[in-house]
Amino acid sequence: MALDNETMQGLLESVARFVRERLRPLEHQVAREDCIPAEIRREIAAMGLFGLSIPEDYGGLGLTMEEEVRVAFELGKTSPAFRSLIGTNNGIGSQGLIMDGTEEQKQRYLPRLASGELISSFALTEPEAGSDAASLKTSARRGEGGYVLNGTKRFITNAPHAGLFTVFARTDPSQPGARGVSAFLVEAGTPGLSCGPIDRKMGQSGSHTSDVIFEDCHVPSDALLGGREGQGFRTAMKVLDRGRLHISAVCVAMAERVIDDSLRYAVERKQFGQPIAEFQLVQAMLADSRTEAYAARCMVLETARSKDRGADVATDAACCKLFASEMVGRVVDRAVQIHGGAGYIADHGIERFYRDARLFRIYEGTSQIQQIVIARNMVRDL
Amino acid sequence: MKLLVCVKRVVDFNVKIRVKPDGSGVELANIKMSMNPFDEIAVEEAVRLKEQGKVTEIVAVSIGPQQAGETIRTALAMGADRGILVKTDATVEPLAVAKILAKVVEQEKPDLVIMGKQAIDDDANQTGQMLAALLGWPQGTFAFKVAVGEGSIDVTREVDGGLQTVGLKLPAIVTTDLRLNEPRYASLPNIMKAKKKPLDETSPETLGIDVSPRLKVIKTVEPGGRKAGVKVGSVAELVQKLKVEAGVL
Ligand SMILES: Cc1cc2nc3c(=O)[nH]c(=O)nc-3n(C[C@H](O)[C@H](O)[C@H](O)COP(=O)(O)OP(=O)(O)OC[C@H]3O[C@@H](n4cnc5c(N)ncnc54)[C@H](O)[C@@H]3O)c2cc1C
Ligand SMILES: Cc1cc2nc3c(=O)[nH]c(=O)nc-3n(C[C@H](O)[C@H](O)[C@H](O)COP(=O)(O)OP(=O)(O)OC[C@H]3O[C@@H](n4cnc5c(N)ncnc54)[C@H](O)[C@@H]3O)c2cc1C
Repeated sequence: MALDNETMQGLLESVARFVRERLRPLEHQVAREDCIPAEIRREIAAMGLFGLSIPEDYGGLGLTMEEEVRVAFELGKTSPAFRSLIGTNNGIGSQGLIMDGTEEQKQRYLPRLASGELISSFALTEPEAGSDAASLKTSARRGEGGYVLNGTKRFITNAPHAGLFTVFARTDPSQPGARGVSAFLVEAGTPGLSCGPIDRKMGQSGSHTSDVIFEDCHVPSDALLGGREGQGFRTAMKVLDRGRLHISAVCVAMAERVIDDSLRYAVERKQFGQPIAEFQLVQAMLADSRTEAYAARCMVLETARSKDRGADVATDAACCKLFASEMVGRVVDRAVQIHGGAGYIADHGIERFYRDARLFRIYEGTSQIQQIVIARNMVRDL
Repeated sequence: MKLLVCVKRVVDFNVKIRVKPDGSGVELANIKMSMNPFDEIAVEEAVRLKEQGKVTEIVAVSIGPQQAGETIRTALAMGADRGILVKTDATVEPLAVAKILAKVVEQEKPDLVIMGKQAIDDDANQTGQMLAALLGWPQGTFAFKVAVGEGSIDVTREVDGGLQTVGLKLPAIVTTDLRLNEPRYASLPNIMKAKKKPLDETSPETLGIDVSPRLKVIKTVEPGGRKAGVKVGSVAELVQKLKVEAGVL
């Protein structure tokens, strides 16, 4: 625990207030226009939100995992598009660099990632390599003074805005699995690197993904993350623990948000001469949602603390991701139900959360992949 | 130029206030407390003046229990340089607050004092004016705009029917109105840095101020609920009712 209670409380209150006063009023607009206003992006940067998990020595806040998930519990109480903007810099887009980067690579990029001057993306998934990421085909051949990258990456969050990509590519074609994969730090604007059109998604409008295409893209040898080949996949997997906990915290936050909206609605809305919150069938939905969200909150906090103590939390983090993402799916579904017809109509924003939440069960490892990870580890650790 | 900004810890404006069962006051136990919103505006103005290079040091003062220190920390996170907590668990009325502040002013010798026009808990709207009287300083209350000059300050005030600008010679007292500015959010790095800024503690006794109350609260009650309205049949009837029953025409 790096921060004293008073400072932590101040931090959480400031984020909660920013979410309440600045971000929530913009939810409809951001969804409608599929764009976060530049002014809000600047305010988010000024708040320091891009650098939550980046060490203080490199200009970030250096929050512990527990502190980070507590901030995510607040930040997640609005459209996840806002969180997604800072998500990659704090998670998959910077952690590989923090854990395995050379000192020179850290100095070059981390301060600009912490300030939000530079947006980073994590480019692992490919058209033919999703859950089975280790089978990726993007190649990195040794070339003059460095490497030449060829291949296509798919569904890459923040790619259209990124200044820096962590790209996973195969340096050893004789090794078809994880061991042949290396990670590269590639700057936007490098000749041969381009982004496809912005993907049209089911939800989370305002957050953008696209293909990232490499065509004979030359990168210098010091672009190799950590300066070592064959480490890339291990880096990617290490990064995912933190990411899974962060996403789980966002799921908890979204669940708490829509429970709050549902409760307020149920107390106001009258049918059959009384508030629907008085009907036991509605109460059952509220109670189940509250209970599940609370369980997920406890899991996330406990696992985050355990990670801060240095424990290996790979299994527990997968449990959190599995439970929290499935939980928020059930909770948003009940929220629509409690709102009745209004829950289905866009003006109330509930159907938007219903669509937004669907992603959590898919990215950073689908629910099935979490189940496989959990059970495999259980068997291994017997 | 040195600036003193006064911040009060009050029940957060989002909290639904409940009256204590015995009517002696409002429920404060386990209630979220925050900086008085008018004081936030005062801190924001102070920080802007510092950013413009008009002010070199901002000292934030609060009078209240130990936890009022958190309110000072918020001011430090927004950009104040150091804090002074005048610690007391007693209820401190506007006159006592003004006397304490006058003493702090005597010690700190600021060129300008900025504070909220009132606090949202008891809405007294007296402290700034009393402080000006005790110090014999000019005052610009209900500030809508301030412009600092050489040894002087122009304060545009919100008054009934419009705006009025007064020119004051420094040192002076300014009290802030709602539209002076929009306070910033304390950024996370600044909240962390605020912990390292100096916060001194003193007490009314040390300053030699008697804070014993001069007012007595007789009763506190919930606001009455809204009464049902009436429907009128015609414009003529409405005018008639406004004239005779409401007596507003
Ligand atoms: C909005 C969005 C943002 C994204 N952002 C990024 C990003 O920034 N960077 C990045 O690299 N990727 C990103 N992704 C990609 C994401 O991580 C993948 O979509 C995800 O890993 C699933 O891969 P896939 O889509 O290829 O599905 P597939 O792997 O084809 O899976 C299809 C189905 O098969 C199941 N399945 C697959 N293998 C097994 C198995 N062995 N046993 C049982 N079931 C199995 C899956 O659970 C799923 O239900 C993003 C995706 C989306 C939609
Ligand atoms: C896209 C769309 C098309 C529609 N088309 C038509 C149409 O063509 N014609 C038409 O007349 N209507 C139409 N409707 C209205 C629709 O039939 C109502 O929305 C539906 O009957 C629910 O009513 P409500 O929205 O007022 O929700 P409410 O009745 O307010 O219900 C809110 C929640 O309270 C629960 N609830 C209510 N009463 C009780 C109780 N006693 N015990 C337990 N739980 C209770 C409900 O199950 C629900 O979960 C349409 C609605 C939509 C969204």
